[in-house]
Amino acid sequence: MKADPPTPRRFRLSPDMIGLIALWLMMSLVPFVAPNYYIVSLVTMGLINLMLIASLNLLMGYGGQISLSHAGFFGLGAYVSGVLNAKFGISPWIGLPSAAIVAGLGAFAIGLPTLRLKGHYLSMATLGWNAILVVLFNQLVDVTGGPNGLLGVEPFNFFGIDLASEVYALPLVLVISFIVMVGILNLLRSRMGRALRAVATNEIGADAIGIDSFRTKIAFFAVSAGIAGLAGSVYVHVNMYASPETFAVSQSILLIVMVAIGGAGAFWGPVLGAMVYTLLPQIFADLHDAELLAFGVGMLVVLIFFPRGLAGIPAAIRNLKTKGQAR
Amino acid sequence: MSDPILKVTDLSRNFDGIKAVSDLSFVVQPGEIKAVIGPNGAGKSTLFNMIAGVTPPSSGEIHFQGQRIDALPTAKRAEMGIARTFQNLQIFPEMTVLENVMAGRHMSGDIGMMRAILRLPATVAEERRISAEAMELLGRFGLKGLATTRAGDLSFGQSKILELARALACDPTLLLLDEPAAGLPHAEADEMSRVIRELNAGGMTVVLVEHNMRMVMSISHDILVLNNGQWIAEGDAKHVSTHPDVLAAYLGEEEDA
Repeated sequence: MKADPPTPRRFRLSPDMIGLIALWLMMSLVPFVAPNYYIVSLVTMGLINLMLIASLNLLMGYGGQISLSHAGFFGLGAYVSGVLNAKFGISPWIGLPSAAIVAGLGAFAIGLPTLRLKGHYLSMATLGWNAILVVLFNQLVDVTGGPNGLLGVEPFNFFGIDLASEVYALPLVLVISFIVMVGILNLLRSRMGRALRAVATNEIGADAIGIDSFRTKIAFFAVSAGIAGLAGSVYVHVNMYASPETFAVSQSILLIVMVAIGGAGAFWGPVLGAMVYTLLPQIFADLHDAELLAFGVGMLVVLIFFPRGLAGIPAAIRNLKTKGQAR
Repeated sequence: MSDPILKVTDLSRNFDGIKAVSDLSFVVQPGEIKAVIGPNGAGKSTLFNMIAGVTPPSSGEIHFQGQRIDALPTAKRAEMGIARTFQNLQIFPEMTVLENVMAGRHMSGDIGMMRAILRLPATVAEERRISAEAMELLGRFGLKGLATTRAGDLSFGQSKILELARALACDPTLLLLDEPAAGLPHAEADEMSRVIRELNAGGMTVVLVEHNMRMVMSISHDILVLNNGQWIAEGDAKHVSTHPDVLAAYLGEEEDA
């Protein structure tokens, strides 16, 4: 992503923005051309995963901070919105922003003591935070339903139409994920995004030009967790159920792997990461225990040959070509 | 004489019982170029880091434009108008040359998270302004042609100029230069001297730490000499270059070497 040239000109969409619009239009056609509902539901789940992976990429890929509790924030959002709805009858439309705010505040609370310090304190603190959240999801049986999961969550209701099941929810998920992706793109193209990338590569240099590295890191951590919480709310009302193991630390680790496989610090990386994350379990479902093995081998192959992830493949090929011509 | 822009009073810094800087006092007047020199280990870098906010002093006070700053974080001091370069470059290698200077314009903007996400007309306008201003600065330093180059791909001399441009993007009133000539060949060091003199002619107050005596003697209005963390002499080039204590300090270093 290069900065715009300074020449004043009329309103024009950036290539990334055009790409987003084209891709989302294509996905909105899926229900009309897909041979079955299963394909449509995969798109819906893929978009929820995309929001989650993109939020982590913002923090990790651009900000250089590793969160080991993004599955936890996703779960926090799911339970906040789900419990508000199932236990207190509050509309999912109110649950949606509430989930984002609670997850964002959670991140703020963890970031306050840990982000002041240089080093990997955030990773350690988030690891503990995710573990605590899973314990709470399991143990607060009266509120969360415990290990049996949270039942009775209603779907989003759009002017009297229940958006029950992944198929009916697709239009809504398309809209929300589009807004999230555009928001992230806008953020990266702003003074705040530049500050984030500056802090990620060189805190000393950033502080020297008046960019408060602590405030920058904590603001982006909160936004990143807020998006994960938002995705959790969408998930719980589409799935109409939540269960603690979905939000385990192992899932958080897998999300980090997906950011790396897609391409950390690449805007389109999470799109590829979300595709892998959503499709691979479906493809490998028949392999049972070998699923993890295949996953691991595939991951190593991608990261050894394409250290910049799948999004880095075109650039890697271009490099090979120019090198070939030089010879 | 007007009020000093920078006032250092009884400043000390101990590292494990060793006094890197001890009871140092001096002032910097607005519009002057002040050089801090001394043999290796004289405490120049420590002093610099205390003024910039990287190292907290053990005791003493630093006042900038009448306000006490020695306990303020680095970013806050930058906001007040103190910009700096580093001896070991601290640019953002993964960003383009233009983005580096645009990052330096950070404080001139006021778009926060929410307005950045929504990309309102004001957000776009601010980006264009910052980009245009950064481009203008690049033009002033002959880096315009490299605007879209990755900063990490620049030569050492170009990186030093970029870091200076980035510091100036902060619109400072006090510019701290940490060894601006170090590592530069003769011609480039002379070019750096010319740039610093030109900035100063425009009203910029400059404090520099430098080993290159050619540069120090040719551009400084006032030279502060440190040895073993202590003040040993202060004055113009002629005064310090003939001062017996200064000569002794430098001769002593040569004997050690």
